[in-house]
Amino acid sequence: MRHTLSILVENKSGVLSRVAGLFSGRGFNIESLSVAETIDPMVSHMTIVTRGNDQILEQITKQLNKLINIIKVVDFINGDFVDREIALVKVSVNDSNRSELLSIIDIFRGKVVDISLDSYVIEITGDEDKIKAIITLLKPMGIKEVTRTGTVAMSRGSKTKN
Amino acid sequence: MRLKGAQILLETLVREKTEVVFGYPGGAVIDIYHELPNYPSLKHVLVRHEQGAVHAADGYARASGKVGVCLVTSGPGATNTVTGIATACMDSIPLVVFTGQVPTMLIGNDSFQEADIVGITRPCTKHNYLVKDVEELAQTVKEAFYIAETGRPGPVLVDLPKDVMNAFCEYRYPSVVKLRSYNPTIKGHTGQIKRIMAEILKAEKPVLYAGGGVISSNGSKELISLARKLSIPVTTTLMGLGAFPEDDDDLSLGMLGMHGAYRANMAATNCDLLIAVGARFDDRVTGKIDEFAALAKIIHIDIDPTSISKNVQVDIPIVGDVKATLKHMLEVFEKEDRKEDWGEVRKDWLQQINEWKNTYPLEYVQKDVIKPQFIVEKFSEATKGEAIITTEVGQNQMWTAQYFKFIKPRTFLTSGGLGTMGYGLPAAIGAQIAFPGRVVIDIAGDGSIQMNIQELATAVQYKLPIKIAILNNGYLGMVRQWQELFYQKRYSNTVMDIVPDFVKLAEAYGILGLRATEPKEVVSVIEKALSTPGPVIMDFVVEPEEGVYPMVPAGAPINKMLLV
Ligand SMILES: Cc1cc2nc3c(=O)[nH]c(=O)nc-3n(C[C@H](O)[C@H](O)[C@H](O)COP(=O)(O)OP(=O)(O)OC[C@H]3O[C@@H](n4cnc5c(N)ncnc54)[C@H](O)[C@@H]3O)c2cc1C
Ligand SMILES: Cc1ncc(C[n+]2csc(CCOP(=O)(O)OP(=O)(O)O)c2C)c(N)n1
Ligand SMILES: [Mg+2]
Repeated sequence: MRHTLSILVENKSGVLSRVAGLFSGRGFNIESLSVAETIDPMVSHMTIVTRGNDQILEQITKQLNKLINIIKVVDFINGDFVDREIALVKVSVNDSNRSELLSIIDIFRGKVVDISLDSYVIEITGDEDKIKAIITLLKPMGIKEVTRTGTVAMSRGSKTKN
Repeated sequence: MRLKGAQILLETLVREKTEVVFGYPGGAVIDIYHELPNYPSLKHVLVRHEQGAVHAADGYARASGKVGVCLVTSGPGATNTVTGIATACMDSIPLVVFTGQVPTMLIGNDSFQEADIVGITRPCTKHNYLVKDVEELAQTVKEAFYIAETGRPGPVLVDLPKDVMNAFCEYRYPSVVKLRSYNPTIKGHTGQIKRIMAEILKAEKPVLYAGGGVISSNGSKELISLARKLSIPVTTTLMGLGAFPEDDDDLSLGMLGMHGAYRANMAATNCDLLIAVGARFDDRVTGKIDEFAALAKIIHIDIDPTSISKNVQVDIPIVGDVKATLKHMLEVFEKEDRKEDWGEVRKDWLQQINEWKNTYPLEYVQKDVIKPQFIVEKFSEATKGEAIITTEVGQNQMWTAQYFKFIKPRTFLTSGGLGTMGYGLPAAIGAQIAFPGRVVIDIAGDGSIQMNIQELATAVQYKLPIKIAILNNGYLGMVRQWQELFYQKRYSNTVMDIVPDFVKLAEAYGILGLRATEPKEVVSVIEKALSTPGPVIMDFVVEPEEGVYPMVPAGAPINKMLLV
C-alpha cells in the first residue's frame, strides 16, 4: 500500500541523510520526498511517499520516530489529507499543435511560464494522478523535459501537526 | 569563565562524572591532549589501537553501568573506531566517542587526515554530532551523554574540529538537557500492565525470556522476584546471561536459541505464554520465525518501540523500562495475589522442564585431550560467579555461554549482535579498569585473540591483572564447525596452525605465560593464573575438532536441534 508520511524534523544539518539513510539501510523505499522549512525556521517539514504493508509501515514510522532529530511523524491515511505536486513540463510547440496545447493547459488549470519560438514551459499543480494525466496527453506533442517536485501533503480541517 | 574549546570539553567531562577516557592522540586532538594533564580526575588509558579504545570503553560500560568514553584523532584514528562503535550499537551499550576533525575551514577539502566520520558512523551510532561552533560545545557534550545513557542506550559520536578546540567562549555548564524530539518512555502503560498480570496469572506454561535490556536497566532483582514469586522459569539470551542466577536449578533454563540448552528451546517452543523482557527476538534466538513460540501468547516489554513487533507479532506490548515495569507488575501482583501456592500451580510444567533437562543435559566427555567445555567449567568453579568474564567470538564464546554458571548481572561481557572477534581482550581491560579488585578473565579463541593482541601492552602498562585463557583448537573453530556440518568438511581457510607461541608471547610482554596440554594440567594452570598478581596468558591446547552442541541449523525451528 502507498502511504504519505508527513514528518516534522529539527532543522539541523544531516537530518536529510539520517532519514534517507534509514530508508536505504533498512530496505524501505522512497517514492518521493520533499523538504522545506516551516514557519518556525528551527523546524522543517518532509513529505515522504513510500510503499509497504502494515508491518513495514509500522517499522518505518517507529524507526523515524527513533531518530533523535525527528519531532513528529504522521502517516496520512486515505481521505483526510490533501496532497499536491508541481511539474514543469517543456513541450515542443508549433503552429499545428499550439491551440490544442493551450486548451489542454487550460483544462488542467496549468500555466505557461516560459515561451520560446519552439517550446513552452508549462507549470502544473495537482495530485499525482492529475500530473500523470497531463503528461500522458502532452507526450504525443513532444515532451522535451519534465521535472517534478515530490508530493507535499497536509491534513484537512483545523488540526495541525504541532 | 572564558575557556578554550579543549578546556570546555574536559571540564564538561569532569562534570558528567567521567572517570576514565580510553584514547589515542594525534594531530587533530593534540590541543585536547595538551590540556588533559590539567584535569587529574580524568584518568586516561592509552590503548594500542583505536578499536581497542572503543571495546575497552564498552567493557567498562557493560561492567559498571556507566557511560564509556573515548578520545581519538581524526582520519585513521576515527575510522579505526568504527568496528567498536558498531559493536556497541548492536548491543545497546552507552558510549560517547570523541573524534578529532580537521579545522572547520578545511572540512570537505580532502584535507590531511580528514574523514567524514559523522557520515560514516551515522548508521551505527544512536546519534552523532559535528560541533561547528565552540558556543555549542558544552551543550552538545551534555546531550551526547544524555542520549547515550537514556532510553535504549547506545554509542554517540561527537566530532571536534581542531579550530573549535582552540576557540574561546564563556563557559557555563548546562545543567539540564531538554530535547524536543527525544523523550524515551520509562513508565509502562498501567492498563497494559494490568492486562499482562492477568495473562500471567492465567497461564499454565509461562516462560520468561530475558535479554540484555534486563541488564541495562539494572532490573535483575525485579526479574528474580517476579520469577520466584510466580514460579516462572527463565531463559536468557546470550546478552541476558547473568540477569537470572543460573544456579537456581528449578527456574533457570539457561540460554535459548541456536546454541541454547535443550530444555530452554523446548520450553520456548511449548509454552503458552512467552514474556519477553528487554529482548529483541534476534534470529539467533528464534530460528524459523513462524514456529517460534507458536503456541504462546507473547508479551513484550521493551523501551524501544522499534523492537516490538519487528520480527515477531506481539499480543501485548509494553513500551517502558524493564526495571520500572517489572516493579509495577510486582505491585499489581501483590495487590491481586490470590495467595496461591504458585510452585504447586506450576508443578506439571516445571516437572516437564526438568524431564527435558534430564533427557538432554549439556554434556561432553573428557578423555585424554582437553575439552574446552571442561576448562570453562573449571573457571566457573574456581571463581564462583564472582569474576567478570569476557569472550572473543566463536566456539569459545558459545562454550562460555553454555558452561559458565553466571549468577550476577554485568559479569558476562560479549559481542552478541555484531559478533566482533577481538572484542574480549580490550573489553577485559575496560572491565578491570572499572573494577581493579575483581577477577577479570577473557576466554578467547586462538584466532580472535590475534585481532587485538596489541592491547596486551595496555594491560601491562596499567598493571591490569587480566587473565587470558586461549582455547587453542588450531582452527577458526566456529566457521570450521559450519564447514564440517554443512560444507562437506572442506576446511577452506579455517586452519589456524600458524600462531605465535603464546607462552613466549606472554614473556615478550614481560608477563606470565602458562600452557596446558593434558586434562590433568587444567586446574593447576587455572589456579596458578588466578593466584598470580599480574596479567597472565594461558594457552590451553584443546581438542581441535570439538563442536558446539546443541546446534539449531540456520533456518530450522529451535526445537529441531542437532545434539551431538
Ligand atoms: C556466534 C554467535 C552465536 C550466537 N548464538 C546465540 C544463541 O544461541 N542464543 C542467543 O540468545 N544469542 C546468540 N547470539 C547473540 C545474538 O546474536 C544476539 O546478540 C542476542 O540474541 C540478542 O540478545 P537480546 O535479545 O537480549 O538483545 P540485546 O541486543 O541485548 O537488546 C536488548 C533489548 O532490550 C531493550 N532494552 C534496552 N534497555 C532497556 C531498558 N532499560 N528497558 C527495557 N528494554 C530495554 C532494547 O531496546 C533491545 O530490544 C549469538 C551471537 C554470536 C556471535
Ligand atoms: C572480525 C570478525 N571476522 C570474522 C568473523 C567470522 N567468524 C566468526 S567465529 C570465527 C572463528 C573464530 O575463531 P577462534 O577465535 O579461534 O574461535 P573458536 O571458534 O575456534 O573458538 C570467525 C572467523 C567474525 N565474527 N568477526
Ligand atoms: Mg580457534
